[in-house]
Amino acid sequence: MNFIVFSGPPSSGKTSVILKTIAALKHQGISVGVVKFDCLHTDDDLLYEKEGVPVRKGLSGALCPDHFFASNIEEVVQWGNQKGLDLLITESAGLCNRCSPYLAEVKGVCVIDNLSGINTPKKIGPMLKSADYVVITKGDIVSQAEREVFASRVTAVNPKAVVMHVNGLSGQGAFELSTLLYDKNQDIRTLEGMKLRFPMPAALCSYCLGETRIGKQYQLGNVRKIKWEEEQP
Amino acid sequence: MKNKTIAELLALYPFLNEFFLQNRLDISGAMKYTLEEYIAQISQEEAEEKAINKETLYEEMTDYIAQVQAFLGIEEEERVRSLTILPGQTKSGEPERFGELTVAASQIVSIVGPTGSGKSRLLADIEWAAQGDTPTKRRILINGAVPDIKWRFSSNNRLVAQLSQNMNFIMDLSVKEFLEMHAQSRMIENADEVIKRIMEVANDLAGERFFPDTPVTGLSGGQSRALMIADTAILSASPIVLIDEIENAGIDRGKALDLLVSEDKIVLMATHDPLLALMADHRIVIQNGGIHEVLETSAQEKELLERLRKTDAAVQNIRQSLRKGKVLSSSDFS
Ligand SMILES: Nc1nc2c(ncn2[C@@H]2O[C@H](COP(=O)(O)OP(=O)(O)O)[C@@H](O)[C@H]2O)c(=O)[nH]1
Ligand SMILES: Nc1ncnc2c1ncn2[C@@H]1O[C@H](COP(=O)(O)OP(=O)(O)O)[C@@H](O)[C@H]1O
Ligand SMILES: [Mg+2]
Ligand SMILES: [Mg+2]
Ligand SMILES: [Zn+2]
Ligand SMILES: [Zn+2]
Repeated sequence: MNFIVFSGPPSSGKTSVILKTIAALKHQGISVGVVKFDCLHTDDDLLYEKEGVPVRKGLSGALCPDHFFASNIEEVVQWGNQKGLDLLITESAGLCNRCSPYLAEVKGVCVIDNLSGINTPKKIGPMLKSADYVVITKGDIVSQAEREVFASRVTAVNPKAVVMHVNGLSGQGAFELSTLLYDKNQDIRTLEGMKLRFPMPAALCSYCLGETRIGKQYQLGNVRKIKWEEEQP
Repeated sequence: MKNKTIAELLALYPFLNEFFLQNRLDISGAMKYTLEEYIAQISQEEAEEKAINKETLYEEMTDYIAQVQAFLGIEEEERVRSLTILPGQTKSGEPERFGELTVAASQIVSIVGPTGSGKSRLLADIEWAAQGDTPTKRRILINGAVPDIKWRFSSNNRLVAQLSQNMNFIMDLSVKEFLEMHAQSRMIENADEVIKRIMEVANDLAGERFFPDTPVTGLSGGQSRALMIADTAILSASPIVLIDEIENAGIDRGKALDLLVSEDKIVLMATHDPLLALMADHRIVIQNGGIHEVLETSAQEKELLERLRKTDAAVQNIRQSLRKGKVLSSSDFS
């Protein structure tokens, strides 16, 4: 089974791009399933179901979704293999700009959109920086100049990545993306022993563990404070 | 390279500034350090904080330099002089009937055919420089040869720039700042000059004047389109421009095409606007996913085009008069 990890900020077009890519792969007789990771709620599973794509979801609740991903991904891969899929895709809402779900030996795709603003490449950290493929969406509604500036900033943050432009609505570019993603020689049966690409910072403060009260006496563990410099006269 | 100071590196590769900036690396006060020293002094805490991987930083930087240099190099050496489309097959798998179609720089091709017939697929084949590996099985040659695969994958060297009706500016910048930002990402040297030219040309296309300090989001539809076209013609590195329906753009369409062509672009446009379609050198007729016919614009059609252009100019003039608050008469259209 092939396995590919998709990540990217909310509403960047992940589901749209994945669906269009799956449509292109179906034409080639490749069966694809999806597992969707999110925090509190997702309706993406319905979108996949509607297109006849086998789908499961995992909600991380109060945990960082990427930490949750790492703790559950082996079972996800087992599910895909049991289903006899040719390709398993995971979709993670990149809600934590500090973490990323990519694994060292598994293709990682980051989906970001032209509308999210020119400083996004700088902001989103490892999710963009350590991806193999960067898919840029929503090029249909911004100017050529903005597309070029955005793409050049993506390259500055991740010079190694293959950068693709895909239109999540029309599917333009999705066929091309599909030819890059599927590798008929790859057969992943387990992730046992594989490594995350980028270490995730430990969740170590009292708030990680469910504390809700504000105040110094409740702030235990790894607490960091904003530096408040003296105001200039 | 590791033994060069940051100052020396910036002198050699001024564009590295962008790399440091986008990766949140603070180099103020670090000019005298060698790169090796600079990387070494980043504390583990800072690296974790900024999500920097110290081990791979050097490699990322050399990759970036290689990318940018390739980009700058291509611009100088390999101009795209021609684009060739070799036949593939229709949706039902029948071979396409044209021999081959070669379009030279500064030529225009229009693409006509009903919705769903495969116009966008043809444009996508060109953008991907297809090599029999798309559903149409077409092949694309650049300068008569199979193009370098870099056209597909690098973010800077895109073969194709696109213009379409529903594109907007989303950045909150003035026209001047906007153009400066684009010029900077292209790493061009004579930015001021180029920006001045874009302003002139864009104003000429728009008919309604705007200024360097006008916010881009405050431009009218016509002004936006005019700025986008002038910017794409003059500042975009892509040698091929794909146009998807700019019929109601509120600009002088004839002049817009003339401008793109004068900058040596190859222009392909899916359109049913007779004025645009007849301005093309070749007209591709698409049916059932295949190129059904390639027509050359005939002398009669060119004559018709002249009349259409006159009509169009008259309509433009009437629009201008309206804008200025003038009273119109039937002699305004003659
Ligand atoms: N105009 C435009 N809209 C898009 C594009 N890709 C996605 N969208 C829209 O953006 C919204 C969010 O897309 P979705 O795929 O749900 O994003 P996700 O949250 O990353 O999975 C939806 O309304 C999509 O229809 C695109 O390329 N162009
Ligand atoms: N030669 C072909 N073989 C197979 N599929 C094709 C071919 N040409 C076009 N298609 C498919 O037909 C559909 C409609 O084509 P599209 O280019 O979107 O049409 P248009 O832009 O003219 O409305 C797309 O899914 C496209 O991939
Ligand atoms: Mg989604
Ligand atoms: Mg179309
Ligand atoms: Zn996290
Ligand atoms: Zn915490």
